[in-house]
Amino acid sequence: MSLTVVRRIKARPSIVFQALTTAEGMAQWWGPDDGPVLIAEADPRRGGGFRVRFRRLEDATEYETNGEFLEVVQPERIVMSWRWKDGLVDPGESRVEIVLRPVPEGTEITVTHSRLHDEESRRRHEAGWMGALDKLAARFAEAA
Amino acid sequence: MNYQDRLDRVFGALVDPTRRAILAQLERKDSASVSELAEPFAITLPAVLKHLDVLADAGLITRAKSGRTVTVRLRAQPMREAMAWFSPYQRFWAGSLDRLAAYTEREEAQARSRER
Repeated sequence: MSLTVVRRIKARPSIVFQALTTAEGMAQWWGPDDGPVLIAEADPRRGGGFRVRFRRLEDATEYETNGEFLEVVQPERIVMSWRWKDGLVDPGESRVEIVLRPVPEGTEITVTHSRLHDEESRRRHEAGWMGALDKLAARFAEAA
Repeated sequence: MNYQDRLDRVFGALVDPTRRAILAQLERKDSASVSELAEPFAITLPAVLKHLDVLADAGLITRAKSGRTVTVRLRAQPMREAMAWFSPYQRFWAGSLDRLAAYTEREEAQARSRER
């Protein structure tokens, strides 16, 4: 299983690349919501490691991601391995490929996160959905 | 219909509280007749039928006619597909790229003012 997210940014590729590969840059954006980045470390060369710890606002829980840079081609391509400390979101190792392409307004960034663990993801999706449906049903039961 | 269009239809169907209530009813029962589904709502039967059309277009329900009764059932597949949107990875990257864009666009503006 994999997912791809594409986005256009009004900034030149060298600036986006810097934000993606330096600890100072990663500390500015890493994480799904506006929760804080608590630790950011990066050694952006082939075989170098990274570690980012952040707190997610939606569940007030700290998550730590780490891995190695497998390819670093400035300012156009980064490949890294990806693990969640303590297997919090996914127990296995996955792979992130980031491609930067210059476009008139700035940069088109394509993130492909692959080798996601199907079984774990499926279980979480279903748990999330059934939980949401249960809450929805409970709310309507109260209203009735 | 492509993935985005299917997602649009599913989330478009879910935007209405009456349609969500119909789905919640169907989630509790295995199946229901149209009149059973219409019962809790202070709206006309034709209005309920219109809501059912929207849910059927989104693939969220099936309708089977038997004599004078139409039996409505929940269909899980489009919901499963829509829920993939709730993947922790999807949320991680959608949120992170929003923040990355905001940060680098500020950096770009600063670089431009330095270059002037």
